[in-house]
Order: sequence, then structure tokens, then C-alpha cells
Amino acid sequence: MNTLFDKIWDRHVVKTVEDGPTQLYIDRLYCHEVTSPQAFDGLRRRGLRCFRPEQIYCMPDHNTPTHDQDKPIEDAVSRTQVDTLARNAREFGLTHYGMMSPDNGIIHVVGPEKGLSLPGMTIVCGDSHTSTHGAMGAIAFGIGTSEVEMVMASQCILQQKPKSMRINIDGKLAKGVTPKDVALYLMSKLTTSGGTGYFIEYSGDVVRDMSMEGRLTLCNLSIEMGARGGFIAPDDVTFEYIKGREYAPKGEAWDKAVEYWKTLRSNDDAVFDKELSFDGGDITPMITYGTNPGMGMSIAGTVPMLDDIPEAGQGSFMKSLDYMGFKPGDKLLGHKVDYVFLGACTNGRIEDFRAFASVVKGRRKADGITAWLVPGSWAVEAQIREEGLDKVLEEAGFAIRQPGCSACLAMNDDKVPAGKYAVSTSNRNFEGRQGPGARTILASPLVAAAAAVTGRITDPRDLV
Amino acid sequence: MKQKFNIITSTCVPLPLENVDTDQIIPARFLKATDKKGFGDNLFYDWRYDKDGTPKKDFVLNNPIYKGVILVAGKNFGSGSSREHAAWAIAGYGFRVVISSFFADIHKNNELNNFVLPVVVSEDFLAELFASIDADPDTEVTVDLPDQTVTNNGTGRSERFEINGYKKHCLINGIDDIDYLLQNKEKIEEWERKNRQ
Repeated sequence: MNTLFDKIWDRHVVKTVEDGPTQLYIDRLYCHEVTSPQAFDGLRRRGLRCFRPEQIYCMPDHNTPTHDQDKPIEDAVSRTQVDTLARNAREFGLTHYGMMSPDNGIIHVVGPEKGLSLPGMTIVCGDSHTSTHGAMGAIAFGIGTSEVEMVMASQCILQQKPKSMRINIDGKLAKGVTPKDVALYLMSKLTTSGGTGYFIEYSGDVVRDMSMEGRLTLCNLSIEMGARGGFIAPDDVTFEYIKGREYAPKGEAWDKAVEYWKTLRSNDDAVFDKELSFDGGDITPMITYGTNPGMGMSIAGTVPMLDDIPEAGQGSFMKSLDYMGFKPGDKLLGHKVDYVFLGACTNGRIEDFRAFASVVKGRRKADGITAWLVPGSWAVEAQIREEGLDKVLEEAGFAIRQPGCSACLAMNDDKVPAGKYAVSTSNRNFEGRQGPGARTILASPLVAAAAAVTGRITDPRDLV
Repeated sequence: MKQKFNIITSTCVPLPLENVDTDQIIPARFLKATDKKGFGDNLFYDWRYDKDGTPKKDFVLNNPIYKGVILVAGKNFGSGSSREHAAWAIAGYGFRVVISSFFADIHKNNELNNFVLPVVVSEDFLAELFASIDADPDTEVTVDLPDQTVTNNGTGRSERFEINGYKKHCLINGIDDIDYLLQNKEKIEEWERKNRQ
């Protein structure tokens, strides 16, 4: 009972259901347009209002186009979904950051940047990447729409307490190796089910040395290991990031909050159900070669041979390679690329744009590359301009689009055509994820930038 | 969606692939509805239909010899996105049970919240069941929720599966979590008073 997870979880237990789950109090519910309409409908059917409307924040992000956001969305069905969220938020008295509002963006980018996601909180959203907010030192996890309705109705959720896992990453990352590579590396070791049933605490020198942006990327990808969430004990980096943000505590309340937040760490003698350790020095820039995020390898590596795969998984493995157009043993360095996507709740923050700009500066976008650079929020977009990164990117032949989830799941019109290869900073390379037939190679912003200026899979360390 | 659950005996639809993610169960472009209807028609859409909407002959849902209300899938079923639309698609298509050796957490909850029963079996049981169905597509399976057992009626092999007592009660009686939560508002307010000074 002495892990950080226990401390936050236990504090939020309202009741333990006999021979059943825990009734957990939720501090913050985020809603986007895709997974909320049926929950609002459910409330209406039952004749209910939201129990604590002031703890619920809504914003459209999945369907939003990344251009001409000031005009009505062309796709009628997308428009209906976005309009439905605005209408529901109004009817139920919830805060809503609509399209073109300077507060809008991807929920998982906006929450931390507005100071809405704070250490010690319980945070949920009908979106698996809610794990992102774990970087703030919060228990944050994705839920289904029935559960969204549950939280709206009662500010509580019924959940089985997950097991605890600690992943220590010690040492130092080499130049050109980013938090995204750390996550892709962990996924390649744990597979997409290695974390299932667990909540992960990340620790070690590599994690301590990460900026908040980097930590958000790492925690974002916890779900891709199957874990419900992943988080990092808050420290000075966290407090520095939060201080002064719109919803952060102020004055005396700030001092009191920090005092409490400093207690949010696992005890030295804490016992975890599972503990893993890795050396940050072993990690190189990573890419994926298959159709789940666990199918990753070092950028200079080769696709595994069939014999390396357990028998029950061989059918899925070959189906996956067939979809990608790769063969066992293939080396992917130098492979042609058609599309590059920088953005998503994984890598759509200011640091990701700085990294991308650092590689393309003084170079030109390669012929034949279509590049989508999509900031995670309007605040990120504003900072890009403030830092003059927009000039660097424009000079290299890149344009900045308007914020949203975009090509990460291609619910808007940013779809990669069938058979084309996209180097993407997003989180999932599932079949059809970026458009029917699209072939996704997940990578860091540095690898994406290197692909964008060479037209091929390129080790960014060769360009620096 | 609230269906009472007891004992089900049915033939099965086999999907012997691992890591079937929710993007395959229901691709993102079909998530734009604002109600829960019609998702069954788009279940496994990109595996089930060609670009022009013609059913792909080699996909199991298009093979008339496989039918029934039980879907049998490979390890790590339902990974990825939290979209409950995946559970609505499975329920909407008519499945009442999904059998696998391993489920992703969020999807498993989503199935339960839609009165679809996820049954976790051992790798051995699963491999044998796939073999039984392969040899005889009319192989029936019995899922007995009150007794928490699953039986391959082809071989007679039976296994116990886990479900917590609360959720079992909900499924058998057709009650959902919101019904439960609304009963103890006082407890919630008490928690808020204690934690908000």
C-alpha cells in the first residue's frame, strides 16, 4: 500500500463494491465529439443532469479539419458530430472549447497546457490516450462511452484496481534519441499486451531528465503496451510546467498544492507487482515495420524472420507484413516514403515542432513527399509562430496546418491513400488507421523530419 | 442493449488472428454516428468488404458455414482505441459472447457494459476450440454464466472462467453500473465534503 498509484487511488475510493469493483471518484472528465453523444443521450433517457458539470471540459478534436476551420465542416456527418457536442455542452452546462476558439486543440494537449490536469488527480476521457495526463502525476485512463455516462451521472466510475508495474529507465539517452523512441523501444520489448492489467509508473534517470513534453509523449503511449495508464511522480519539472497556467492554483493555494504534490511519490520500500529495468543507452532511433505499435525495431535493424515468431502468432505476423509490403529480414533504412505526419496527442507539442525544425532547417522538403504538420492546439500553433519556427519550416517548403487529431486516425480529410507509406509521429500503425490501405511507420519527430527532407527512411543522426 | 444473460449454447464464428484491434473491429470513419444503431453492419468492415462494398469471400463473416452468437478470437482481442463503438458493433451484429485467451482491458469493460460476455480461456482450450471448429463448423459451445463454465461440446472439454460477483449479478439481472451508482449519491457527497477542505 505504498506505491504512488496506491496513494492516489486510495484517496479517491468512495466505496468498495462487495465481490466487485471499486467506486472511484473522478476529478476531471474530458469529452470529445466521437465518444460522448451516446452518453448525453443516455442521460436524457434517464432524465438526469451532469452531477458535477464544473468538472467536465468538452472540445471537438477528432473530426476537425486542419484547414479552413472558420468555415463549416464540409463532411455533413462530421459536422453533425461536432455540432452535437456544442449543443450537448450547452444543454448540460459544461465548458466547451469549440473549433476556432483559441482554447481548442487535442484534448490531451490542451488539458495539461491549461493546467486542468494536475498531480494527484483522477482523470478520465472516452479516449484511450487519456494516459497522456499521467505525465502530470495523475491517475489518468481511457474509458468507454457507458463509463463516460457513468461519470457524467455520478462523478464516479466503477473500476477494478489494476496491478502495479514500475519501469525504470536509467542511464542517458544518446543524441538523436527521443522520448518517442523510448516508448517504441518499450513497446517492442513488452508487446502490445505486456502491460495489460497494469498501471505503469515510469522512473529512473532518463525519465527524470525528460521535459514535460517528453513525459507526456511517454505516458501517452502506455496504452499501446496494453497498460491502462502510465504516470510519473511529479517533481520540480512538473511544478515549473504547471506554475502560472490558467487553471493552476494561485498564491497561497499554490504553496499548499505543491506541499501536497511533493508527497506524491512511491515509498522507498514500495512493492510493485512487476518491475522492469532498461538502460537508456541501449535505445536508438526506432521505427515500426508492422501493423501494431509493438512491432518496432531500431531504424537500422531488419524485420524479424518468421522463425523468431511464436507459432500461434505467425499468421498475424505474415498478414501484417503482407499489408505493409515488407518481407521477413528486410532492412527498411532507405525505403521510399510518400507521406510524413507530425502531430497528434503523441507528438503535437512545441518541443516536437522544435525537433522537426532543427532537422529541416536549411534543407528542402523532398520531391514527392506530402507533409502534414499539425500542431496539437492553437496554443502550440501560437508558440510556433512566436519562436519563428514557422519561418524555418516555410523556408524548407513546409506549411503549418490547423490543430486537431488529423491523420492520426483520419476521421477528417487527412487520409493517406491506399498502399502509400507514411512516416508518422502518431501512436498507431493499425491496418487502415491513417486511411483504408495506408501503410504507417511510427517514428519520432526527428525521424519524420529526416524522411521529409530525404524522401526515404533515414537515420536523423546522419543529417545532424 | 440490456439483455439478461444465463446459459448460451451456440455454434461459433472463428477468427484465429492475434491482436485484433478496435480499429479493425470498427474503422474510425464509421464512428461518426451520434446514436448506437447500425454499427453491426460495419463490423470488421475492411476485412469483410472490398473497396466497392462487395463482400470478400474469404472472410469468415461472409462464409455461411460459420454462424452463431459466439465469436472466437486469438490472443489480445480488442487492443487499441477505447471506442465503445467496437462493442456496439459486436453486439449489433448479434454476438452475445466473445471467447479469447486474452482481452484488452478497456474493450473488455465495454463488452460487459453492453451485455456481451468476454470469456477468457486458456491458450490450450482456445487452440483446441479452433481445431474443433475447423474440423466441424457445427461444433457447439456452451457458456454457463451462473456456473462460470465454458464447454467445447465437440470434445467435451470444459473450463471455468472468471468474472467478479458484481458484474455477474448485473448480467444475469440486466442491471447496469449507472443503476448502481445512482443508489449511493450520499456516499459521493460525503467523499466530496471530506476531500474538499
